[in-house]
Amino acid sequence: MKPPATEPTAGDQNPGVPGFHTWRGIYLFILAAFALVVVVLAVFSRWFA
Amino acid sequence: MNTLDWIVLLITMVGIAGYGAWHTRHNDHLDTYLKGSQTMRWGTIGISVMATQASAITFLSIPGQGFESGIGFVQNYFGLPLALIIVCAVFLPIYRQLGVYTAYEFLGRRFDAKTRLLGAGLFLLQRGLAAGVTIYAPAIILSTVLGWRLDLTIIATGVVVIIYTVTGGSEAVSLTQKWQMGVIFGGMVTAFFILVARLPPDLGFGNALHVAGAMGKLRAVDFSFAPDRRYTFWTGLLGGLFLSLSYFGTDQSQVQRYIGGAALREGRLGLMFNALLKIPMQFSILLLGALLFVFYQFQPAPVFYNRVEWRHSAAGAQASVFHALEERNATLHAAKADKIRAWLAARAQGDPATETAARAAMLQAQAATEAVREAARAALVAVNPHAQTKDSDYVFIGFILDQLPHGVIGLLVAVMIAAALGSKAGELNALGTTTTIDLWRHFRPLAAHDEARNVRAAKWLTALWGVTAIAFALFAGFSENLIEAINLIGSIFYGVVLGIFLVAFFLKGVGGTAVFWAAIAAQALIFALFLLRHRIPALDISYLWYNLIGCAACVGLSLALQTLLPDQPGRVINS
Repeated sequence: MKPPATEPTAGDQNPGVPGFHTWRGIYLFILAAFALVVVVLAVFSRWFA
Repeated sequence: MNTLDWIVLLITMVGIAGYGAWHTRHNDHLDTYLKGSQTMRWGTIGISVMATQASAITFLSIPGQGFESGIGFVQNYFGLPLALIIVCAVFLPIYRQLGVYTAYEFLGRRFDAKTRLLGAGLFLLQRGLAAGVTIYAPAIILSTVLGWRLDLTIIATGVVVIIYTVTGGSEAVSLTQKWQMGVIFGGMVTAFFILVARLPPDLGFGNALHVAGAMGKLRAVDFSFAPDRRYTFWTGLLGGLFLSLSYFGTDQSQVQRYIGGAALREGRLGLMFNALLKIPMQFSILLLGALLFVFYQFQPAPVFYNRVEWRHSAAGAQASVFHALEERNATLHAAKADKIRAWLAARAQGDPATETAARAAMLQAQAATEAVREAARAALVAVNPHAQTKDSDYVFIGFILDQLPHGVIGLLVAVMIAAALGSKAGELNALGTTTTIDLWRHFRPLAAHDEARNVRAAKWLTALWGVTAIAFALFAGFSENLIEAINLIGSIFYGVVLGIFLVAFFLKGVGGTAVFWAAIAAQALIFALFLLRHRIPALDISYLWYNLIGCAACVGLSLALQTLLPDQPGRVINS
């Protein structure tokens, strides 16, 4: 049986996504998008109440 | 369904399953069979993660939730983005660094064999139970409304998924899920646009939303702290965080979807794809349900949406009672449509006093029709004490069959079956893998070096789980809303499993014996809370809290027990 593949973690810091240089930047973007969605849903609820 | 519908259904379903099985028929390496192709990119991984979570229940029950209770259920997913970030940052790098096949293998490396077996055992127990529901749920609804035989529907969908999952393993699952999600997206978007187009011409999309909102169907966010409310911002954020962290971080059916792939980056981006899109997707499906509610305000609506159950009961000795309820519902329903139009007219005039009075009259008319629906449920129970009185799961499929053109009906039924196959495949793949790696290989260590024998064992065990799920679906009876049944089963076990993993990742000084007994005690506590919830009112809390309580109890007890066992520290694994 082949040994399980392992990989170094070096080089993982650059996510290779245009506009983002670190994974932390992507995580912050996701959190900001989530906060925006909650705000939009709250406004949506109030607008159509 | 006519011939065109059957052609669309069979081409999409059998074609995708056949393609998946054919394309991956030569997968005989354990790595590829259990983890999928090492060339998978983030798009395939992201869609596979989404398809595994989105079962047929998602597309049958969630519109029903929106119809019945409004879109507040979307809050259930508020913890998901944060959970996926934690999985990306902490869980995934360690899984890939260790090269494990299952999440529970990591527990064995970090703690000991008994903790690994406990984690794997809890997963097999809860996922094995849920596997029966995921195959039964669409089958009962589709067989009821389409007149198919329930047992044949369960067996046919089960056998199809077993064939391609056993043949191609994890790669076949991911490959077919990609095409199945294409069918699902196409079908749901089509249904949404047809629904909007079928709204009364004088109503319009904006007014439809105002009607839904005025009827209480569009309260997406509830910031109250009332512990008895099932869905609030806080239960969603905290309970949902723990539920999602458990599901995505420790449930093998998800872990298996993202530990493969070309690189760590691909798995991470696949998960972030879900973190970004999951809430908008669930919101859209719930909104479709809320719009269905508006649609039926201006159409003749049945008093009970599971029409087969209704007709069956109405044909008996109490026919006159059922007929009277139908007539009363029709009268009140027509009156309510007038009240809604009156409210819309008052709202357009801009006179607050008139608008308030018209709104009160509309809500009163809504309460009157709800009272008739309640009386209808009581009539069903009077005839048959075991009657299914929750009809919201039948609203969307009823709309599909009554309102959509042929061809599109076939496509939408294909959506349901595609979702059933996709999630079922992910589950079977994970159940087979965990049983092979964490149980079979553990008890047969000499066989671990024979790759061909491992793959054969994985195939047989996957098939065995498939047959077990079919048998469970054939002989078990389920009640209540089906998606809640799945989440409830998950919540009973997930918190404790997550607790074990959080101790493993973050409390390096805690060893296997402490966490093992802490997990046993925490699971007993959750069982006690669940079983006593109807006897002690204070314990009747939202099931989402079980995730948090189980996890906190496991972590807290692990720390406490470790102080009594200071000479058995854990093994440190750094990412």
